[in-house]
Amino acid sequence: MGDLLTNLLAGPVPIEAYLGVSLIMFFAGVYGFLSRRSMLMILISIELMLNAADINFVVFNRYLFPGHLEGFYFTLFTIAIAACETAVAIAIIINIYRNLTSVEVGNLDQMKE
Amino acid sequence: MADQIIFYILGAIIAIFSILAVTSKRIIRSATYLLFVLLATAGIYLLLGYNYLFAVQIAVYAGGVMVLFIFAILLTNRPGENVKTELPVRRVAAGLTALAGVAFCGHVIYWNIKKVSTLVAQSDLTPQQLGHTMMGTDKYQYLLPFETISILLLACIVGAIMIARKR
Repeated sequence: MGDLLTNLLAGPVPIEAYLGVSLIMFFAGVYGFLSRRSMLMILISIELMLNAADINFVVFNRYLFPGHLEGFYFTLFTIAIAACETAVAIAIIINIYRNLTSVEVGNLDQMKE
Repeated sequence: MADQIIFYILGAIIAIFSILAVTSKRIIRSATYLLFVLLATAGIYLLLGYNYLFAVQIAVYAGGVMVLFIFAILLTNRPGENVKTELPVRRVAAGLTALAGVAFCGHVIYWNIKKVSTLVAQSDLTPQQLGHTMMGTDKYQYLLPFETISILLLACIVGAIMIARKR
């Protein structure tokens, strides 16, 4: 039994394992995006999707392009952009809450007079 | 072998907590599960050898974005109230879409990727290398995106203050 485990765990982590993890994270984000009514839950789902894509970039950079750094820098800039976008989205949500006292997406159905 | 064990622990954390985050009934719990997912993602970056990205992920995401989320949640919800979900029909449709996506992308991954990947040992990135690549202007160097990101950050600061200020 110990031999079996040691043989099973020898060698590097296969790339499909990393991609499988990011796959689950991404589609959990898709499910949360489509099935929740609160704007903050939708933002949380967007963060999950962005992080899954970041893991993909980094894994491809490490496994398929060992000497290069493009995936690494793309992920770095994606993290910065996602932080900016979350900040502006939360400012908008707070403004909406001030006017409507609710953050449900179903209540946002009128244009400004 | 230690790599594999650590990867399985982190992968299990990510999978379980991301599914819990989108199916939980209270929004503060979703935010906490998201925090664990972000920390485990940082762990995966460290496992792959990118320690700078590990530090940036923890500082920006787990430390910055999650604080923003917690503030926003506490400012806009009554605590203890459950998260509203869509109608059951829409939830089932969303679940089916997600499962179809998993099946399709999973098939593409397991059919194709095994044929092309190898793992070569890589030395750590030194700060000199990182600095030259981020601040250089040659072919594979990233000064222009760096400056563009700084303009984007300025625009986001100004925009967020303008939108959310007190009238």
